[in-house]
Amino acid sequence: MKIAVSSDGTTLESNVDPRFGRCPYYIIYDTESEDYKHVDNKSVQAAGGAGIQAAQMISDMGVESMITGNIGPNAFRVLSAASIKIYSGATGSISDALEKFKKGEYKQTNGPDVESHFGMGR
Amino acid sequence: MIISVASGKGGTGKTTVAVNLALSLNNVQLLDCDVEEPNSHIFIKPLFERSDPVFIPIPVVDKKKCDGCGRCKEVCAYNAIAVTNKKVLIFPELCHGCGSCEYFCPNDALKEEEEEIGVVEIGEKDGIEFVHGKLNIGKMMAPPVIRAVKKHISRKKTAIIDVPPGTSCPVITAIKDTDFVILVTEPTPFGLNDLSLAVEVVRKLKIPFGVIINRSSLGDKKTDKYCAKENISILMRIPFSKKIAEIYSRGDSIVEYLPEYKEKFLRLFKEIKKITSR
Repeated sequence: MKIAVSSDGTTLESNVDPRFGRCPYYIIYDTESEDYKHVDNKSVQAAGGAGIQAAQMISDMGVESMITGNIGPNAFRVLSAASIKIYSGATGSISDALEKFKKGEYKQTNGPDVESHFGMGR
Repeated sequence: MIISVASGKGGTGKTTVAVNLALSLNNVQLLDCDVEEPNSHIFIKPLFERSDPVFIPIPVVDKKKCDGCGRCKEVCAYNAIAVTNKKVLIFPELCHGCGSCEYFCPNDALKEEEEEIGVVEIGEKDGIEFVHGKLNIGKMMAPPVIRAVKKHISRKKTAIIDVPPGTSCPVITAIKDTDFVILVTEPTPFGLNDLSLAVEVVRKLKIPFGVIINRSSLGDKKTDKYCAKENISILMRIPFSKKIAEIYSRGDSIVEYLPEYKEKFLRLFKEIKKITSR
């Protein structure tokens, strides 16, 4: 199973970025191979619809679970349509977040927890 | 002739200049293109005779024809479409109504439906033809409403356009294809910074322009120095005056209570005519 985590850096030591659509990177972790890679989030530069574009990219990669800090309504709609399970409210390092996820400490998010434009810093 | 009254910074006096210039001229139209918060009507107090809704086309999916190929989301420049599990999701609030998705859909599965985003109101007061646009609450696409307002420009009249503040799409839409731009500023650091941004925009669009310094007796001389250095003509100065502030706060016009300003605005108009006829 592929898990995506919104990240402020490119390694497992990086921290979970609280912004789903406008974080700089995603860490894509594979539970079978226990390997990971990072992907750049091109939506950081989007004038509008960053969450939608980012969610589209995540779903195109065949991710099954998404760990992030906060999720807005548009991204939530796209990820839900793609049947991706969302776990928001995560903080700390990527490796800690993955560990907590594996132990089942995160609860699945049933709806958006921030308004649109949360990640735009205003 | 079409004169647009713009500014980088908000609150510098665009509406004051646009309204009082219009009231000083004959055979004139005033078009308020600040469709997110139009306020020229407060000072003109026109009687509105017509109200025309403004629509933009929003795509709707025909699920029977759609095979989920995703071409629509690829061509959408505004991230208004996502396609997952072969299902098309449309986000109307991000759609600019460009029509690309409908055009490129290989299965003819998208058709456009009209969505109302605002209204254009047309009225009259003492010989001034007044037009303004109002963007509906919650809608983000100001340019289509601004274009709808500008359709009412009559080449037989002098058209004054009250432009929204800033330097982004609504401003470009409002000042495009006008003959002259008045940039209203104030002699403060913010006023100067935003003036210089607006100057860059107007120069890029190659429209002749000049500056009016409002509240000119306050602040510093940096705006004057900037204009001198950039070879920009200062068309008029409106000193800070408690009297003008009182007139404004009552929703009245300066030219009605301070007739010397009518002379000033007429001189301004003559100066603009001179510049544009060069």
